[in-house]
Amino acid sequence: MPLTLNEAEIAAGVSRIAQSIRDKTAGAPISLVGIRRRGDEVAERVLTLLAEDDDRELRFGVLDISLYRDDFEHLHENPTLQGSEISFTVEGAHVILVDDVIFTGRTIRAALDALADYGRPAKVELAVLIDRGHREMPIQPDYTGIRLNTHRLDHVLVSLTGTDGVDAVEVVEKPSP
Amino acid sequence: MARKDLLDIVSLERGEIDRLLDQAAPFKELFTRSVKKVPALKGKSVLMLFYEASTRTHSSFEVAAKRLSADVVNFDVAHSSITKGESVRETIETLQAMRTDFIIVRHRNSGLPGVIAKLTKASVVNAGDGAHAHPTQALLDAFTIKEKFPEPAGRKVLIVGDILHSRVARSTSTVLKKLGVEVAYLGPGTLVPRVGPEQTRRFTNYDEAMAWGPDFVYLLRVQMERQDVQYFPSVREYHRLYGVTETRLQQIRDRGLYIMHPGPVNRGVELCDAVMDYERSLINDQVENGIAVRMSVLYYLKPESGEA
Repeated sequence: MPLTLNEAEIAAGVSRIAQSIRDKTAGAPISLVGIRRRGDEVAERVLTLLAEDDDRELRFGVLDISLYRDDFEHLHENPTLQGSEISFTVEGAHVILVDDVIFTGRTIRAALDALADYGRPAKVELAVLIDRGHREMPIQPDYTGIRLNTHRLDHVLVSLTGTDGVDAVEVVEKPSP
Repeated sequence: MARKDLLDIVSLERGEIDRLLDQAAPFKELFTRSVKKVPALKGKSVLMLFYEASTRTHSSFEVAAKRLSADVVNFDVAHSSITKGESVRETIETLQAMRTDFIIVRHRNSGLPGVIAKLTKASVVNAGDGAHAHPTQALLDAFTIKEKFPEPAGRKVLIVGDILHSRVARSTSTVLKKLGVEVAYLGPGTLVPRVGPEQTRRFTNYDEAMAWGPDFVYLLRVQMERQDVQYFPSVREYHRLYGVTETRLQQIRDRGLYIMHPGPVNRGVELCDAVMDYERSLINDQVENGIAVRMSVLYYLKPESGEA
């Protein structure tokens, strides 16, 4: 299977996100919230880059959106719940949600609902490592690492070192009928 | 594999037990949020079918279902046609027509929840049937023990009281053994079964049981309402022989043991008043954990009615 993106390209995507956040938010306090699974790892990497800036107040959290999905009826088995870890006050915070891939936008819809149950943020933005298109919801990222052209039925397989032992992205094409 | 019903502990595989317990922790974390509710079971209905009185288990399931955003319907058995002679099958057919997704059953007859499960597409959760099983109690007990010892294998739990008639003793000792926890029974000779699960130690003498070195002392409720046959001479005698008296509480404190009880407590029978203030009493933890574990169970089960 040909590698669509390698380690260096993924790293470039992450630093693109960090740079655009810097450009737009100019040292303001930021709360990065990664969406399980892999969104948390992307968020951690962005956090590491932003932490190099002086005097920036940064917070980090992880969101498990399993209980907020809209597709329980279609699942054979409910996803295993791992739980969210948000120890800071969401009320009034500038939150940037972080995920590895944006596709239909449904995960982000669920994440917005989940976040709202922790409080009312002053502002919520969205950062994604990969935008693969084909939205089914009126949701767009504010910060994008990499854009990929895909067909709707393709699978985009993201591996990250912390979760999967290696950094790689593969696009698996839908087998022709 | 998706599971439709939870009827007992025996049929649960180790992997399922681990998953149900692991998942209860994030549910418990939700209780500290200002919004304690999640939308996982939005639009689903949970029917409470309690043929036997139970305030605690009933409200625990009800809170669990509501925190998952399900609608809860109480089928008031005492005032239903069941008292007019309607059979269980007819009742279930009526409930089936209501398209309920989950049925929580408590009944004094062992095995009845299993019968109901076969008759309905809804997921059935056994909330206690006769002397057979009380699986959610067992899971919440196991969860409470794991909060103290994340790797519970090799730990020792002494279950004290009426083992013979207790579905709690049966289910809880089954789940604990599946987790590698050692279990022993202590009680009057008339109430501790001679036959039973293998490798379960049986004691009739309190001091001998303590010499076994338990980490947890689990007191069963003396079921006053079921003492129509006398299994022990008097309540005072029971307290003197098997209850946690103030002297015994001091010994328990010195050894740093945990005390558990499924509730409701008969003060002055299973334990003295001072136990309620004992820092290693887990009785209130069990109540809170019960809600988290029942949320985990409801989230895990898949009703057939939910299939597209």
